[in-house]
Amino acid sequence: MVPLWAYLLVAAGLFCLGAYGVLSRRNAIAVLMGIELMLNAVNINLVAFWRYLSPLNMAGQAFTAFIFVIAAAEAAVGLAIIISVYRSRQSVIVEDVDIMKW
Amino acid sequence: MIELNVQTIAFLVFALFILGGGLGVVTTRNLIHATLYLILSLFGVAGFFVLLSAPFLAAVQVLVYIGAIAILIIFAVMLTRSMTQLRQVYNHQWTASAVVSGLLFALLVVGVILPVWGINGAQAVETVSEVVADTVDLGKALVDRNQYVLPFEVASLLLTAAMIGAIVIARDDE
Amino acid sequence: MNLNDFLSDPNLLPWLIPVGPLLAFFIITLATNRAKLLPATSEEYGGHHPDYDGMLVPVVTTRSRALSITVGLVGIGIAWILSLVTVFNGLGVGAGKFGKTVFENSIAWMATGITSFNMGVLVDPLTVAMLVMVPLACAMIFIYSVGYMAHDPRQSRFFALIALFAGAMLTLVVADNVLLMFVGWEVMGLCSYMLIGFWFEKQSAYEAAIKAFITTRVADVIMLLGIAYLYAETGTLSFREILYNEEVLHHLATTPALLLGGLGLSASALIGIFLIIGTIGKSAQFPLHVWLPDAMEGPTPVSAMIHAAAMVSAGIYAIIRMYPLFEAGGHPHEGDLTSPLMLMALVGSFTAIFSATIAVAQNDVKRVLAYSTISQLGFMMAALGIGAYIAAAFHLITHAFFKALLFMASGAVIHGMEHGEHHAHEHGHAHGHAAHDAHDQTHHHEEHHTFDPQDMMNMGGLRKTMPVTFYTFLIGGLSLAGFPLLTAGFWSKDEILADAYLGLSKGFGPHALVFVLLALAAFLTAFYTMRQLGLTFMGEPRTPAAEHANLGRGIVSFTMTLPLIILAFLAIFAGFVGVPPQFPVFGAIFSPETNPFFEFVKYTLLPAMQPEKPPFNWLPVLTSFVVALGGLGLGYLVYWRKPLKAGQPDPLVSFLGPVHTVLKNKYYFDELYAAVFVKPLRWFSEVVVVGFLDRNIIDGFLHLMGRVATWIGELFKLLNTWLIDGVGDGIPELVAVFGAWFRRIQTGRVQQYLLLIAIAAILIALIFAASAGGALVQAAP
Repeated sequence: MVPLWAYLLVAAGLFCLGAYGVLSRRNAIAVLMGIELMLNAVNINLVAFWRYLSPLNMAGQAFTAFIFVIAAAEAAVGLAIIISVYRSRQSVIVEDVDIMKW
Repeated sequence: MIELNVQTIAFLVFALFILGGGLGVVTTRNLIHATLYLILSLFGVAGFFVLLSAPFLAAVQVLVYIGAIAILIIFAVMLTRSMTQLRQVYNHQWTASAVVSGLLFALLVVGVILPVWGINGAQAVETVSEVVADTVDLGKALVDRNQYVLPFEVASLLLTAAMIGAIVIARDDE
Repeated sequence: MNLNDFLSDPNLLPWLIPVGPLLAFFIITLATNRAKLLPATSEEYGGHHPDYDGMLVPVVTTRSRALSITVGLVGIGIAWILSLVTVFNGLGVGAGKFGKTVFENSIAWMATGITSFNMGVLVDPLTVAMLVMVPLACAMIFIYSVGYMAHDPRQSRFFALIALFAGAMLTLVVADNVLLMFVGWEVMGLCSYMLIGFWFEKQSAYEAAIKAFITTRVADVIMLLGIAYLYAETGTLSFREILYNEEVLHHLATTPALLLGGLGLSASALIGIFLIIGTIGKSAQFPLHVWLPDAMEGPTPVSAMIHAAAMVSAGIYAIIRMYPLFEAGGHPHEGDLTSPLMLMALVGSFTAIFSATIAVAQNDVKRVLAYSTISQLGFMMAALGIGAYIAAAFHLITHAFFKALLFMASGAVIHGMEHGEHHAHEHGHAHGHAAHDAHDQTHHHEEHHTFDPQDMMNMGGLRKTMPVTFYTFLIGGLSLAGFPLLTAGFWSKDEILADAYLGLSKGFGPHALVFVLLALAAFLTAFYTMRQLGLTFMGEPRTPAAEHANLGRGIVSFTMTLPLIILAFLAIFAGFVGVPPQFPVFGAIFSPETNPFFEFVKYTLLPAMQPEKPPFNWLPVLTSFVVALGGLGLGYLVYWRKPLKAGQPDPLVSFLGPVHTVLKNKYYFDELYAAVFVKPLRWFSEVVVVGFLDRNIIDGFLHLMGRVATWIGELFKLLNTWLIDGVGDGIPELVAVFGAWFRRIQTGRVQQYLLLIAIAAILIALIFAASAGGALVQAAP
């Protein structure tokens, strides 16, 4: 079988890619996509650990399922916000949303 | 040692999908392309789930993530059309972000994954159990009052709230 | 300790004697001396002083006048009563015992190491004698001042000052140590300055005041040196401890003096000489006699007080008191005079004759009396010099009475003359005269007046218009001249001559000199007294003013004549306490066993020093008779038989010729002193001290200090601006700058926040890994 650490490696890489996307993309939707990537990386981690360490305990899968739920909810709300912002400002550039500042 | 069999190859392919897709998401200028890359990456994750003996999750992954979330993102992209092509892909802190992400990756790998679960790691897994709980067990777990019924119900509540919230936020003010 | 203790204990009572007048001084000065402001040209202000025209001057209110007079009289009255009580206490102890035991009380005034310096009161027989005279004479002068100064715009102040004067004199009299005596001495010096210069609008008055003060000051400094040396040698200044103590006197007499010890001068001699110099200044002996005649510028009561009752008497009292110190080491009764005694004998007798010769040629009624005072003080000093201790004290007492009388009577004469001049003017001339009787006018009076009411040549015939004054003046004058048997002056002068003769008969040189000179001086005294009386009272008035001279009626004249009468009484009868027992007739009446005065006062001294009564000898008595009657007779012949008429010159002028001019100008001593001392000193003060020292050095220094202070101020300002403002403003600015810089972290950009979170998380992870990571790795899963 593929060793555990390989999965973990991939998950880590995906997570970091997602982080990079969140931190550096200008477009808000791209940022959201980065978030999705990060969540997926977490999911991989969870399931890998479930499979390799305690495959009889459903905690891993259950947790993953809940993350799905949350990801969906968060994506919906986030996109709704982005659309709302776009409506008032005609822009989805994250950098430009900066009035809560000094 | 790592054998080169079907599982390994499948793993590598799916890993390629995942990482390649991820890379594509964070580097493409065109958002539609980015979304497509995202879908690719999600597919890869679904494949991983299959390899990890969690077929239900794989299915849910495809249905929910790709079928709902990615489509939703496409809708959002379409609704913010004029902004799909930006002159600049990255913002002003992209170098710092790259460094941080790289550092994070390095730390995770070298500091956590390899020492603990690596080849000569502290908690390296030698043998993998063949006995796996299946989907029925997951279904039972989700409604068993001693297990995860509460989070299950709360999750449904959360979804309701999110739905309502999304509608309210995105509604046209009249 | 309450008032009762003071009143009942004879030791403590003397403390209260000076209190009355001193308290009066303070009360008048602080409370009752109230004045109203009037223009200087108003009549109430008195004489016209051009300098003050256009100004407002204070004139005492009537109520204030009355109050001040009352306070002053009450003050001196208290002193007089308490003195009488003390005198009776002293007499009650009895002659012979009183002297060995005395009334004394002292308090520890200043701690000096293990011992303390005491100040207190002492009443011994000498003090008793003084206490009979001083308060009485002062009280008379106070009463006299009520009338004499009745129209003066500053009468309250006058009373305050004479009260202080009387207080100081009484302090001096009851003091038990040299220092307290000196305190009273100096306060009297101050008062004499203020009183001589009382009419300070007149230049001659304030110049005279300064002259008096400076001249006595010169003497006082030397006296102070003597006191200091005495203290250094003996460690004490108490009279009883030094003067009634054989060991101390012996020690002083045998220690060579600090200065001039090589010439054989003992410590007591040097101290004595210095103290005598103090008296030479204070009692106006040659060569420091120049201030006394000029002191006549003050009001007459002041002259009476200073020159009879108080100040000059203080000088003689001081040397009488310190006599044991002078005698220590010598035996004057055996012809062996110590240096101080020799000094006194010489100076005293010389001054006596010197001053008498000047008095003969003076025309101002008060000047004659002034020189007469100097002369009589010379008598006393000479007497003391030859060891005639009791005689000197006796003459001091009697002289105070008749001299005070004479001065006050002359004041009455002047007062009358001014009245007369005013009336004469009213009769004769159209314009009035601003005020008439407020000041003693001098020959410097402004406008067309050169009339001097004090010039005897302007008087004459006053016996008719001022009878009381005439008789009292006559009695006083006869007493001064030593009219045989009936006057106090005779008895005291006779005793001096008797003591001098005693030494003469034993072949002592100084005694002989004293005898001869004093006899001559007595002759001249009688002569000029008769001259004075003749010119003033006899014959016909020589000027219209003299024609109309009188004292008027009312309270003013009463208060002026009452003291005259009382003192005249004393001028006759006071001498009878000192009649020698062997004197025919009078001796049997007044001194059946012993001379009372002699026997009482002699116990002031140690038994070894007590003089013996000179045995009765006809020669000195005869000499007294001859010189007194001779002088009086000569004066009678020249001035009484054919009194001078108006315009007639003094026969003495033609008789003496050029000598008269010298005498009239007082041997030119004033001019000599002016040229030798005053002018150079003036120059020095003006040029060196004021011009150079004051303006350049002191002012220069002050200006420099000002500049330095300003510079320092500028420096501080700079420091303030840089440092304090810099720091005070700098810190907030720094905070603001830092804040402004730091808040830029809050960009409002979410991605930036996330980046920072990521960095922070990594850092924490690193730290965690570094510190505890190793352990974690080992932990079981």
